[in-house]
Amino acid sequence: MNSTSSQSYALVVKKACPTCELIEPVIAQLFNQLQLEVYVQDDPAFPACIENKIDDRSLEFSYHNDIEIVPTLIRTQPDSTEPTGAERVVGWNREEWEKFTGIESLGSNIDPFKPGCGSLTLEPGMPEILAARFKADTLKSRRVDLAGAEDIMEACYERGWSDGLPVVPPTPVRVMRMLAGTDRSPTEIIGKVPPDYVECSVEKVAINAVMAGCKPEYLPTVLAVVEAALQDAFCMHGLLCTTYFSSPVVIVNGPVTRHIDMNSGINALGQGNRANATIGRALQLIVRNVGGGKPGGIDRATLGNPGKYTFCFSEDESDPQWPSLAMDRGYQRGDSVVSLFAGDGVQPVLDQLSRTPESLARSFAASLRSVAHVKKFGMADAILVVCPEHRRVLKEGGWTKEKLKQALFDELMTPGTELMPGVDGIAEGMPEKFKDKLLNKFRDDGLHIVTAGGTAGMFSAIISGWVASGDKGSQMVSQVVK
Amino acid sequence: MQNQTMLDPTSELSPVERQLNPRLESLAGSTVGLLDISKPRGKEFLDEVASQLQELGAKVKRYSKPTFARVAPLELNQLISNECDAVIEGLAD
Repeated sequence: MNSTSSQSYALVVKKACPTCELIEPVIAQLFNQLQLEVYVQDDPAFPACIENKIDDRSLEFSYHNDIEIVPTLIRTQPDSTEPTGAERVVGWNREEWEKFTGIESLGSNIDPFKPGCGSLTLEPGMPEILAARFKADTLKSRRVDLAGAEDIMEACYERGWSDGLPVVPPTPVRVMRMLAGTDRSPTEIIGKVPPDYVECSVEKVAINAVMAGCKPEYLPTVLAVVEAALQDAFCMHGLLCTTYFSSPVVIVNGPVTRHIDMNSGINALGQGNRANATIGRALQLIVRNVGGGKPGGIDRATLGNPGKYTFCFSEDESDPQWPSLAMDRGYQRGDSVVSLFAGDGVQPVLDQLSRTPESLARSFAASLRSVAHVKKFGMADAILVVCPEHRRVLKEGGWTKEKLKQALFDELMTPGTELMPGVDGIAEGMPEKFKDKLLNKFRDDGLHIVTAGGTAGMFSAIISGWVASGDKGSQMVSQVVK
Repeated sequence: MQNQTMLDPTSELSPVERQLNPRLESLAGSTVGLLDISKPRGKEFLDEVASQLQELGAKVKRYSKPTFARVAPLELNQLISNECDAVIEGLAD
């Protein structure tokens, strides 16, 4: 050892790396001439040429020093136990190593150059395992330790964390992995979640996203969905409390839908796509777990609807001439946007015979009259989901989306006299004060049009909305995915 | 077996331990199940408990386990939870 030098070094190696094996003679040279600590990631008996190597099978040293490649030779600061890692050489390059150490004729009997191998710290899944182990204080949530024989899946049920379906147990490693999906700090508060109005951190969103089955790449979308749900105009608290059916419906637009492989095609409103299924579910779990909103508690729905497990889809934006929902709402085609609608079931609009836009629009309008009740006007908003074949009929007839909207508006104007209680032998109806008015089925901005579905089938759909709409209830809200 | 740890997905307003069911506010008008675990003299003891409960206005339903040595069968648990607002289990002779 060269005691005149105040400089010290650390070398990180693994036996499974051929380059590390190749440079064994170099390691021996350096060990004799430098103040050197050798850390080995896999086999504490390696390298055999020296004694006093340090077992780093825990990868603690490698992790804290951001080792990406082995071998890595680090120049450590004197009088400091924490190497800065600022100065290092990676892989084997004789010229570089000689310059770095000031020692000549290093490894003169071996090849002068050989690239290194990946550090074990970067094995798939390992960064998050190590982060959970060595940066545990990153995660602030209470830890729930299970008894040895407790079944982890059942434990989630027993603690009331599930919507009824199994959840993915939110272990620290999984949550750490989820948080890698965003640059946002785990401690950032994104808002207060009703009904308990407790602050919700990015970390809590990540935990529930894990439970819902999300991949880390979905997290920015989930965060946008939660932020949208917390906008005052959406009225999440009232939506949760209502005896009516409704619950958040999530529509995603823009490039993010392709990045995370969402489904806007065949069975778009149904099951089978992980992103569709889990992003919608994550919001529901957050309202349940963070907000404390549970059926029979604050959630007082008479019947509810199956979309309360999850209701999330993306729009078919394959036709560049047809504006998307997000564009209707003032965003650009290139923006990734989530829009939330307080809606409930899916009602089909079957029309296999219309070949003109005029006929099809009348079909749509007639079906839209039944939203909430055929004689209730200006109450519930709705989304009309136009299927690709119906869009084709509209386009071949030269109609734009704007023209369709206008036609529906015109078609749905109705004299109040037709909507009075008792008319058609139905006691339900509009209040007397509307008798002499001309009413529209939907309030201004109450009818939204999106496109989705498979290319075969002249079946569009109506997603009817909560009867408390507009200023007195919920309005569609949008949020950009960051 | 390895200990498992999860992160709490809730707002952490409640203790992490399992929660007690809500307590009855009054016995009057409620149905109380008496579960005899089938140890000797259980009947005499529970007869007395039943008459005192009835004096307080409770309706009493009687159940018994097939054997005290085993946990109650699932069907019995379901029956009691469907028919009763509360249950008292006789634990020893």
